[in-house]
Amino acid sequence: MCSTCGCGTDEVRLTVLEHDHHHNDHSTGHIHADHDRDRTHSIQLEQAILAKNDHLAEHNREWLSQHGLAAINVMSSPGSGKTTLLERTIKESGLTLSVIEGDQETTVDAERIRAAGARSLQVNTGAGCHLDAAMIHRALDQLQPERGVVVIENVGNLVCPALFDLGEARRVVIISVTEGDDKPRKYPHMFSAADLIVINKTDLLPYVDFDVGRLTTDARALRSGVEVLTLSARTGENVDAWYAWLANLRPVDGLAHSQPA
Amino acid sequence: MHELAIAESIIQAVQTRTGNQTVRSVRLQVGQLSGVLTDALTFSFEVAAHSTPLEGAQLFIDEPRGRLHCRSCGRDVDRNDLVLLCECGSADVEVTAGRELALLSVEVA
Repeated sequence: MCSTCGCGTDEVRLTVLEHDHHHNDHSTGHIHADHDRDRTHSIQLEQAILAKNDHLAEHNREWLSQHGLAAINVMSSPGSGKTTLLERTIKESGLTLSVIEGDQETTVDAERIRAAGARSLQVNTGAGCHLDAAMIHRALDQLQPERGVVVIENVGNLVCPALFDLGEARRVVIISVTEGDDKPRKYPHMFSAADLIVINKTDLLPYVDFDVGRLTTDARALRSGVEVLTLSARTGENVDAWYAWLANLRPVDGLAHSQPA
Repeated sequence: MHELAIAESIIQAVQTRTGNQTVRSVRLQVGQLSGVLTDALTFSFEVAAHSTPLEGAQLFIDEPRGRLHCRSCGRDVDRNDLVLLCECGSADVEVTAGRELALLSVEVA
């Protein structure tokens, strides 16, 4: 059991929430095990520990690129408003979204996304605290997104998801103003991997001590020049800037960004 | 963070190469900016290696220091803090060392 967060290896479950879904028997590739039968006492391996995950992530990225799709990996604490922002985006942005929802249990979020009008698939990780590239590989195979943006809503957690490349084009970190502006300094790995930071629940700014400028400064010390958007998914304040960012997304070939810490 | 998943990846990667041979030790490189705690990784490895050919194997972990190249002033500086700032104050830096997370070699019986 993971000493930090209890992350485990219970069975992962995938649930597609769509009726007219058709399943193509396509393959996004296979991993070829290296059957090295070297019998010497010392064996040089010289490989990345997460090589398998990174390899699958590259497959995902290639598959997405070939299908003209851009994927974003959305990460945040639980309750930051990820699903609420996606619901509003699906209803009013005019963009086509397909959503892969990661949670330890329940299909609540995927049902909300489907009710808002988008194709969605729920990945339940059981005791797992993050999504990995193998889960996304299976999820893409089942979901069969055809156009637009593929949104991967990671398990609510500002720690573990930062380390796992899923094949996304961009990483988005959402933080709500009720969580406090000290989060970049407390969770530097997550923020140093972000391509975009969305500060949500700005309608609550008058009631909390949250300094947008301070968070922005701290976040940019971790990732130089990272873009920061402030908005309220509830009232709709400044959501147009988010829609514009999504509309400008393009599929990527190869590594989207340097590997995060 | 996250050391159990890392430990499982190590065991899986080693077994792919060594099959059922008994593994005596594993050499790793875990950079000081990698976000992996070596104590937690050692603990997780012991747990995850149970009932595998890696059970009881010793972990030798090389921990490279963090090093940055500053695009503003052109200097290369050591930095083990996750707030990646050059001594000149610039955040426009490239990490050139310290994020390693690599499996180097194993000793088999």
